[in-house]
This record gives sequence, structure tokens and C-alpha cells, in this order.
Amino acid sequence: MSEILNDETKKVLTEPLVDNNPITLQVLGICSALAVTSQMSTSLIMALALTLVTAFSSAAISAIRNHIPGSIRIIVQMTIIASLVIVVDQMLKAFAYEISKQLSVFVGLIITNCIVMGRAEGYAMKNPPLASFMDGIGNGLGYSLILITVSFIRELLGSGKLLGIEMFTLSKDGGWYDPNGLMLLPPSAFFIIGLIIWGVRQWKPKQVEAADFKIMSIAHGEGGHH
Amino acid sequence: MLNEQLNKVSAKLDKCEHYQKFKVYRDKVLALGNDSLEKTIAIAVALCLVCAVLVSFSAVALKPLQVNNKEADMKKNILDVAGLLEEGANIDAVFKDKIEAKVVNLETGDYAEDINPAEYDQRKAAKDPAMSVAIPKEKDIAHIRIKPKYAKVFLVKEGGAIKSIILPINGYGLWSTLYGFLSLEADGQTVQSINFYDQAETPGLGGEVVNPNWRALWKGKKVYAETEQASLEKGLIEEAEIGEPALALIKGVVDNSKPGSQYQVDGLAGASLTSTGVTNLVRYWMSKEGFAKYLAKVRTVKGKES
Repeated sequence: MSEILNDETKKVLTEPLVDNNPITLQVLGICSALAVTSQMSTSLIMALALTLVTAFSSAAISAIRNHIPGSIRIIVQMTIIASLVIVVDQMLKAFAYEISKQLSVFVGLIITNCIVMGRAEGYAMKNPPLASFMDGIGNGLGYSLILITVSFIRELLGSGKLLGIEMFTLSKDGGWYDPNGLMLLPPSAFFIIGLIIWGVRQWKPKQVEAADFKIMSIAHGEGGHH
Repeated sequence: MLNEQLNKVSAKLDKCEHYQKFKVYRDKVLALGNDSLEKTIAIAVALCLVCAVLVSFSAVALKPLQVNNKEADMKKNILDVAGLLEEGANIDAVFKDKIEAKVVNLETGDYAEDINPAEYDQRKAAKDPAMSVAIPKEKDIAHIRIKPKYAKVFLVKEGGAIKSIILPINGYGLWSTLYGFLSLEADGQTVQSINFYDQAETPGLGGEVVNPNWRALWKGKKVYAETEQASLEKGLIEEAEIGEPALALIKGVVDNSKPGSQYQVDGLAGASLTSTGVTNLVRYWMSKEGFAKYLAKVRTVKGKES
């Protein structure tokens, strides 16, 4: 075990959780984070699917990285990723049909999820297969962490349930909780992710990016003619 | 065991002259510079081959499971629209016990006895030119362009009498073709339930067609206009002659005290185009182009037909 858990592996496994989280720091993969987080069950399956695809595609790309012609580099990566995603999609349709129906196109859209491509291009092309595999797992876990947090909040507040099990009795069934319908709509994930990013940056101020420009003061009459 | 076999295979491969040629070529290609044209093409071809094998293997190997899932899901939807779906019940057994599939000739409204309902796939038939007819543009209010000649309907019977008639319906919404079932009582007029099992409308807006609360609004609504007033309400509804399908989704909430409200269902909030699509597809399939002739025949025999 000590061999597998060397410093580099530890780094690639734990860094993407908070310090270099693909969603909150790199702001990648937002599309699916908005779409599948209204229920925890779909988020869990999506997180698992993306983690597996990232890990195996990174490992496969890394294994042939020394022979990938530069001119078709991206297409080679895409082919490997797309094949893995189709396999995952087929597996879901065979073994988790209900959930695959709910996830619908979003499983297929893992192909275009920037996290997978980002790790392939940014890490797997330069590192050995095992480290790349671990990097894929790590980034998948970082994505999963945010997805599960967001879906926890959305499902609990939006329908009073967790994993489909009733937590709050809804007022329409004679209980006390009046569900927040906004939480079931994709924009709510935007707000929640925004709040998470804000929270993380308060906790770790070094993640705050330097401003691109400074807003000029209009106290001296400059820029006031509009 | 496995190792032995692998050794045997590799020993055999070593003897094969094509494999030797392949090995020589492979080593040659791998030694080439990464940016040479030959290596680029060779890598692309090899990668595509490997990926194609992987993808087709998974597709073929998992196909039986997927087909099973789809069938079970379809049965579940039919039981759901018939109001027979119970938690924990054996879907296959209940379906076999309660539901009878029949194939209907849409042109005459008669049962097509020469087609085996168990083997007939309506969605496949709609794609087969020999089994389908093009719909003239002015009649194609559901925007489906082609309809099958035969439709597969499902009957629920109790003591020999028809209890519900489950009709397949489909039509275009905003993004997608919606596929579903409409369940009518034996009078061929009163709605029991509606259920869309395949749609890709905007989740949360048009996608609410699957919401149980909205679907519950359909219960007890009437399909065909019985009096003049049905068509008076403006909005999404267009004029409907007596005996024509009048059921429609309206903007906002239905006022149940108004005459004609039995032909109206609340529209989906924020999804006017999906609502119009649902109105049109219900009207299309309930018209003479769809099931009107069949329903007229079922109605006259008062469900006594065996």
C-alpha cells in the first residue's frame, strides 16, 4: 500500500476535494451540476459515472501518451472518452434503467464534460497511468463532493426528501413543510454553487482571483457622462 | 488454468505468419516519429478499431437486459395509466392477468385479428413504409408526419366487460415527440388517466407532463363535445363541433363551475408550447384520423365483445 499511497498519489487524490476542486475552483462541469442535482439518487449515479470515466480515460490516455500524434491529440482523447461514456451509458440502461431514464442525455454529455477533457489534457498527457488514474479518481471525487452537497440541499428543501425517503412531511400531505419549488429548478443549483464557492474562498482566501481591472471612481466626474 | 490457455493462444499466434507481419509493422510504426503521417493514420485506425470493438461488445452483450428493462417499463406504464399499479406487486403477473392487448386497424376501427398483438410494435411499424401512412399536412396537427396503419391498444376487463380502454398517443411538444397512453372508461368518452412515458420536454416546465398532481387533473374529463358550449371558451381551444374531440389544455387554472370545464385541463405553467402540443396530440388521436372510429365501435357494443 505504501507504494500506491506515495506523496504524488495523495496529492492528486486529496487536492481536488477543496484546494483545486474542479467545480468551485476550476469552474468546470457546471452544466451537469445544474441538471442532475434535483435528486440525490441521480447525483450519486452521475458522480459515480463521471468518476469512473475520468479515471479510466485518464489511465488509457496516459498509457498511450508517448505515441499520440500531436496533430490528432484531442480527437484521440475524445474517442477514448466517448467510447467509455457509451459503455457506461449502456451499463446504466441495462442495470439501472429508471435512473438512466432520469439522467437521459446527461450521461452522454459526460463526453463534453470539461473535467474529463481537462484532466486528460492537463494531467494524463504528462504522467504515468497509475498516477493519472488516481488523478481521475481525485477529480471525480471533487466533482462528486459538490454534486452531493448541492443535491442534498436541493432535494431536502425542494421536496422534503433525501434519496426519496421523506424527511419533512409536506404541508399538502398534512405536515408542516412548504417545499421551495425554486430548489427543483436548475437555477437554484447556480445559487447554491455560488454560495459554496463564496464559502470556500472565505475559508481559503488564496483561491480568490486577482481582479482583472479596477472600477474607476466617478467621484471626480470621470465616466460620468453616460 | 487461464494462464495456460493464454500461453497456448500466444504460442499459436506466434506461429501465425500474419501476426508476425503485424508485429514487425507495429514495431516499425511505434518507432516512427509521433508527427509522421503514417503513424498518425496508423494510431487513428488502431484506436478506432479498439474503441469500436469495446463499444459494440458492450452494446451487443447488454442488449437483452436493456430490452427486458424497456418491456418491463412499458408494462409498468400501462398498469400505471390503468390505475392498477401497486407498490411491490409483480408487474408481469398483474399485466398478464388484467391487461389484454389488441391490434386495431385505424382506418376501419376494427380489430386486426391477423396480427399477433404480442409481436406487434407500433413504434417500429410507424417507421416501416409498408406498415404506415403519411399524414396529409393539413390534418397533421400532432406534427408526427407518419402514422402506423395499426395501433396497439390495451383493454382492462372485469367480468367480461371492458373497464378501461388504453390508447397509445404521440405528438410533438416543444423539443421532443411525446409518447404516452390515454386511458378511457368503457364509454370511450371519460378520461381515466394520461401518462407520458417518453418525452424530453424542459424539466420543471414542459417536463411536468409526468407530474402525478397534474396527471390527476385529467380524471373525469370528457373527450368529445356533447353540446355547443364546449367550444365557446377562448384560449388554446379552437372550435369543436359536436362529436369532435374538444378536450384541451387552457392557460391558467380551470374554473370547474363554468360550463365546458369538463373539456378543459390546466395548462402547464411556463410551457405554452408543450401544452399546445399535448392538446393537439390528444385531439389528433381522438379524431377520425385516430381512434374515433374504433371508439365508436367499442361504445356500441357496450364492452360486451369478448
